[in-house]
Amino acid sequence: MSEIMLPRRQLIARAGGLVAAAGALPLLSGCDAINDAPAVRKILSMGEEMNRASQRALIDRNALAREFSRADLSPYFRPNGTRLPAGAAYAAHAASGFADWRVKVTGLVARALSLSMADVRTMPQRTQITRHDCVEGWSAIGQWTGVPLAQILAAAGVRDSARYIVFRCADRLGDALYYESCDMVDALHPQTIMAWALNGAVLPIANGAPLRLRIERQLGYKHAKYVNAIEAVASLDQIGAGKGGYWEDRIDYEWYAGI
Amino acid sequence: MAEAETPVAPVEPASVRVYRHRLPTRLWHWINAVTLLILLMSGLMIFNAHPRLYWGEYGANFDRAWLVIGSTPDSGYLRIGDYRVETTGVLGRWTDAEGAEKTWAFPGWATIPTSYSLADGRRWHLLFAWLLSIGLTLYMFWTLLGGHLRKDLHVRRAEWSPRHIWHDVKEHARLRFPRGEAAARYGILQKLSYIGVIFVALPLMIATGLTMSPGMNAAWPWLLDVFGGRQSARSIHFITAWALVAFFLVHIAMVLLAGPINEVRSMVTGWFRLPPERAEGA
Repeated sequence: MSEIMLPRRQLIARAGGLVAAAGALPLLSGCDAINDAPAVRKILSMGEEMNRASQRALIDRNALAREFSRADLSPYFRPNGTRLPAGAAYAAHAASGFADWRVKVTGLVARALSLSMADVRTMPQRTQITRHDCVEGWSAIGQWTGVPLAQILAAAGVRDSARYIVFRCADRLGDALYYESCDMVDALHPQTIMAWALNGAVLPIANGAPLRLRIERQLGYKHAKYVNAIEAVASLDQIGAGKGGYWEDRIDYEWYAGI
Repeated sequence: MAEAETPVAPVEPASVRVYRHRLPTRLWHWINAVTLLILLMSGLMIFNAHPRLYWGEYGANFDRAWLVIGSTPDSGYLRIGDYRVETTGVLGRWTDAEGAEKTWAFPGWATIPTSYSLADGRRWHLLFAWLLSIGLTLYMFWTLLGGHLRKDLHVRRAEWSPRHIWHDVKEHARLRFPRGEAAARYGILQKLSYIGVIFVALPLMIATGLTMSPGMNAAWPWLLDVFGGRQSARSIHFITAWALVAFFLVHIAMVLLAGPINEVRSMVTGWFRLPPERAEGA
């Protein structure tokens, strides 16, 4: 998740029109007009589809992200996006050590679940030392412990009709609570875990306590933090504005973030 | 330039036209001119999202960066290792076309789009990266199978001699370019730079670009070993991009010095007019 994302595109394009008389500005605002044209946006989005299709074809569905040793850990794992969710409800959860935190598992499942953190910790666990890649370009290596998402989905009896898994979060960014989604290939991937520990300690609030997604073959903004609901759906049309994630809907980040 | 395709059409003894660039070369050249410009400018936008470079597998704000473009409250700077230079007005702190002061690393006139949008920079970059990759792959096959490599770019044994290379360097430094028959063939420096771009720099850009992809790391983890980690790959990607800019600047300078109309025309129509031989003793 990224901190400096200002959807100022339209604003600047409009402002550019007003002062278009000045020097090199007509050229620059012309470039931005091209950038904003719907036909161009459509062509540009072809890149994402080519990346998704080619990576899905090329990468074995169970191919693992590289795992490192403890010697490779970043000295400090940089938190990003929300560092402390606002509101009394979250503060109360944090004060009680998330004893009453619940993760609802709903949607296209045989048995809807409401998991406590104790439930999560008693399920089979996986620990992995992986590299976190922010869309901005930086990377940090951390050790994560959590329950494979596949275990949770199996416990809930996810239906064959489910094509995507949606993650609902407790942190509000701007106008909405954060949300993300992935397809079933990534949802069932062995390294896709709901993590509650970082570097051998309980997950810090800045890194998404009490529970966050690790989806190791995609960029950081896909790794939803402060997760309190997991929903199996057949389509992303009804999720947010329909592109499958908070930043995808707001500033047109790629939904498939494998590159 | 090559035996098979040197249909010499003498107009007058002093001015000979040769068919210098075949269609695939011309096509690829101009597609690349546009593609590489878009990749550079959108790449600078992506860099602006985190204007720090590291060596190794990881690297973030708390780790030591070997290159930083940053700002203080009243200046912009570039730091490489321990060497720091003020870049106010150009890098780190600059004024946009509307007079607003910005602290992004590269200024709006150098990026796509002109105002900060990592999302849009990535969309442009990751689409045109396909165009570069597909074009380069096809062109590589063509240079190998179509004879371009063997006939035009192949460095002959005599050309490897230090004396020959030094001679070509001196001739370039004196701005004395080959004339007559000699101008129909690439010089050693031309050959080396074109081979360097086609077979080293551009493949390196693509490979280091793929190394930054967490998806590709799962498919081809050896990429990380080849480049020494994701952040090293990002650094090499950045350095090689500027190497390509350097190539571009020299390339343009040479075109301007060697006769821009003739040179550009040859890259459009394929036909190149050989500069007449110098008079003896000139």
